[in-house]
Amino acid sequence: MSDQNAPLILVVDDYQDAREMYAEYLQFSGFRVAEARNGNEAVDQAFALRPDLILMDLSLPGKDGWEATRELKADERTRHIPIVALTGHALAGASDGAKKAGCDSFVTKPCLPDDLVVEVRRMLNAVKQG
Amino acid sequence: MSTVSVRSLSRTPPPPVNAAARLELLEFYLVHHEDIARCAHASLEWLARHAQVRRSVCLAVDAESGMLVGIAGYGVANEHVELFSWPLADTGDPLVATLSSAEPSVFRSPRANGHARLTPTTPLGAGAFVAMPLRGARTRDVDALGLLLMRAGTPITPDISWLVTVLGQKIEQIRGRGSVTEEARKLRRERALFFTIINSVTDPILLTDTEGRLIVANARAEKLFAAAEEANEGRRRAVELNNMLFSAALSRTVVETPSEARELLLVDPGDGSDLLFEVLSSTVEEPREGTGVVSVLRNITDLRRATEQVEENYQKLRMAEGAVRAERDRLNLIIDSVADPIIVTDPSGATVLMNAPAEELFTAPPDAAPVVLRGVQSNDAHFSSFISGLLLGESGPGEIRRGEIALMNPVAGTPIPVEAIAGKVLSESGELTAVVTILHDRREALERARLFEQLKVGADELQMRVQAATAELATQNELLRRQAIELEQASRLKSQFLANMSHEFRTPLNAILGYTHMLLQGVAGELPPNIKRQLQRIDSNGRHLLTIINEILDLTRIEAGKMPMQVSEFDLNELVPEVMAELDAVIARSRLSVRAALSPEPPILRSDRQKVKQIVVNLLSNALKFTHRGVIEVALRLGKEGRQVSISVTDTGIGISPEHHENIFEDFRQVDDSPSRQYGGTGLGLAICRRLAHALGGRIMLHSVVGKGSTFTLTIPVDAPQ
Repeated sequence: MSDQNAPLILVVDDYQDAREMYAEYLQFSGFRVAEARNGNEAVDQAFALRPDLILMDLSLPGKDGWEATRELKADERTRHIPIVALTGHALAGASDGAKKAGCDSFVTKPCLPDDLVVEVRRMLNAVKQG
Repeated sequence: MSTVSVRSLSRTPPPPVNAAARLELLEFYLVHHEDIARCAHASLEWLARHAQVRRSVCLAVDAESGMLVGIAGYGVANEHVELFSWPLADTGDPLVATLSSAEPSVFRSPRANGHARLTPTTPLGAGAFVAMPLRGARTRDVDALGLLLMRAGTPITPDISWLVTVLGQKIEQIRGRGSVTEEARKLRRERALFFTIINSVTDPILLTDTEGRLIVANARAEKLFAAAEEANEGRRRAVELNNMLFSAALSRTVVETPSEARELLLVDPGDGSDLLFEVLSSTVEEPREGTGVVSVLRNITDLRRATEQVEENYQKLRMAEGAVRAERDRLNLIIDSVADPIIVTDPSGATVLMNAPAEELFTAPPDAAPVVLRGVQSNDAHFSSFISGLLLGESGPGEIRRGEIALMNPVAGTPIPVEAIAGKVLSESGELTAVVTILHDRREALERARLFEQLKVGADELQMRVQAATAELATQNELLRRQAIELEQASRLKSQFLANMSHEFRTPLNAILGYTHMLLQGVAGELPPNIKRQLQRIDSNGRHLLTIINEILDLTRIEAGKMPMQVSEFDLNELVPEVMAELDAVIARSRLSVRAALSPEPPILRSDRQKVKQIVVNLLSNALKFTHRGVIEVALRLGKEGRQVSISVTDTGIGISPEHHENIFEDFRQVDDSPSRQYGGTGLGLAICRRLAHALGGRIMLHSVVGKGSTFTLTIPVDAPQ
């Protein structure tokens, strides 16, 4: 379904069911998908693959999402990659923290795959236009 | 009062210019005096008054001693006059020389010019003076009898010249008389003796004629009845008054009973005080002089005063005696009325006085029982011992001795502890006259002390109990405080737990909803309709579960204070259609008519848009859930003065009975919260709405009729509190 020119989305989530669900639906929706299970993997994959967009779950074991985001945004090579934060913590202030860490957008779980794809498309368009 | 021949002065020079003044001198001074010194003195006074000679001295020749001596002075010290004497044998002396001169001599101050004329020291003092020789009529050609010395420069007026002549003649006359026969001299001596005698009598003696006119008076009488011309007004008046009083008294005496003593009140001319005299008058017949009255006045002023004093003292004494008696009566009354025994003892310790209560302790009739008598004796012994202690001790005024004595009731035989208070009564001279002792029954005081002690014990016990209770209370308070802290911690833990749980709920729910959604989206290919319908069941139940979780999370967040106000400016007219659009699917499914009545002028709020929206969503959701047919209307209204805005959601649903109007706002509450209830939901919606409304500074009110419908109205301020 997806061709080599399709945008590459890096899905970072430690919860396998959620990660694979989003990955599967993104592929179903025509994107290329890469996966990472924690912050370290996320940073490694980002440098290695240079994805077009990263879906970053913030609560991760080891290096968490905030830290990984800060690291990527601090680096010349990855700074331009839009990062959409995903979190189950719907507490006020969570989105602020994510923005502060460098996330470009913020999505609260539960988030239907459909809605997530809408947000991904919106962010990619914004980058294209910007 | 001696009679003087005026004829001897008839050869005076022709009447002088100041006739009246000269006559006065003659009549009142010279005529009446037989003493050269007094005549000279009167003359000098006259000179001072009529010729303005302020300082003058009269010297006279004393043939017997052969000296020129001072006899009178005016305006100079008396002792200088009296001490002055100069031998007549010193003929070279200018003063002595002046005696033989016909003209006055002027003596200048030695320092006035260098002239070597000797200036004798006279009582006039240093300085120039003039000396005028005093000569008698028969001794014009011989030496002068004396000298009149005045300050140099005094103009020798005709008055002065006249006086010098008159004084010279007077001196000559007096001197001449000294040379008359021996018999005459004897007569004069006797006369003088007579005057000396009557003058030495301290009572005034007067000889008057029958008209009351004074003929002879001794010195005392003169003080009362004669006044010198120069005497002051008061004295002259007093003398005048005395004369009148005396004349009146005398006339009565003569007319009535001559020999009887009478009282006569006169005035002391010296100080104006009253003087009381007893007058004894008797008439004397004298063939030559006619009838006269001799009166002796005896001063009885002091006698009368003494009598009055005695009378007064006697009155006072009587009054004092009465006062003392009254005082003693009163004292007795007081002593008897005192309930405490009072005993008065004399300095030897013997009892002088005691009141009735004291008598009960210290006396007993002689026929009393022996035990009573022994009791009385015992009391007496104890008291005597106390008193002797006081008497032997130092005695000072106002000294009070206190002591305790163990007495007993002689009749009942019961002990009576008493406090004895004894005070010394001292006379004015400090002598001890009596000892007053008051015995105070101490039984009452002791009883009171005992009761007080009991009371104190009770109070202490009570205080201890109160302290114990207070300590218990403090312990309880501490426990409560700890419990409160624990509760708070538990509440916080609960909130934290719920927050964590909701997160943990969401993660699997995310997968459930996600995969269901994916299947329905056809990720796994087209599904048979029955499977699709089953998946839709999973989806709707999953969403419902999500709603419940979200509501629990909201409530937790509000309780944890983790829902801060985020104030922004927005138009409520825009917010309502937004809410309706969000619920569009539900509205479409409900087949109800949902209307919005917006405000004609845009209600611009400065508030937390998210919270307002959440409330309106909740209210509208509720209305949709509980309404089966009819209309739902969302209406906006701007309140008075534009300060408030209200958003009301009115439905035609099942309605809420009044008893549930309040508790539907409670947590986890629905009207029907039985397990078999008809309507889903957590029952948290309204509780959350109410909390949010409070956070916005507003409130939610309900108006509802069962079966007719409900109206929920949110009222919030246009400007939310910060």
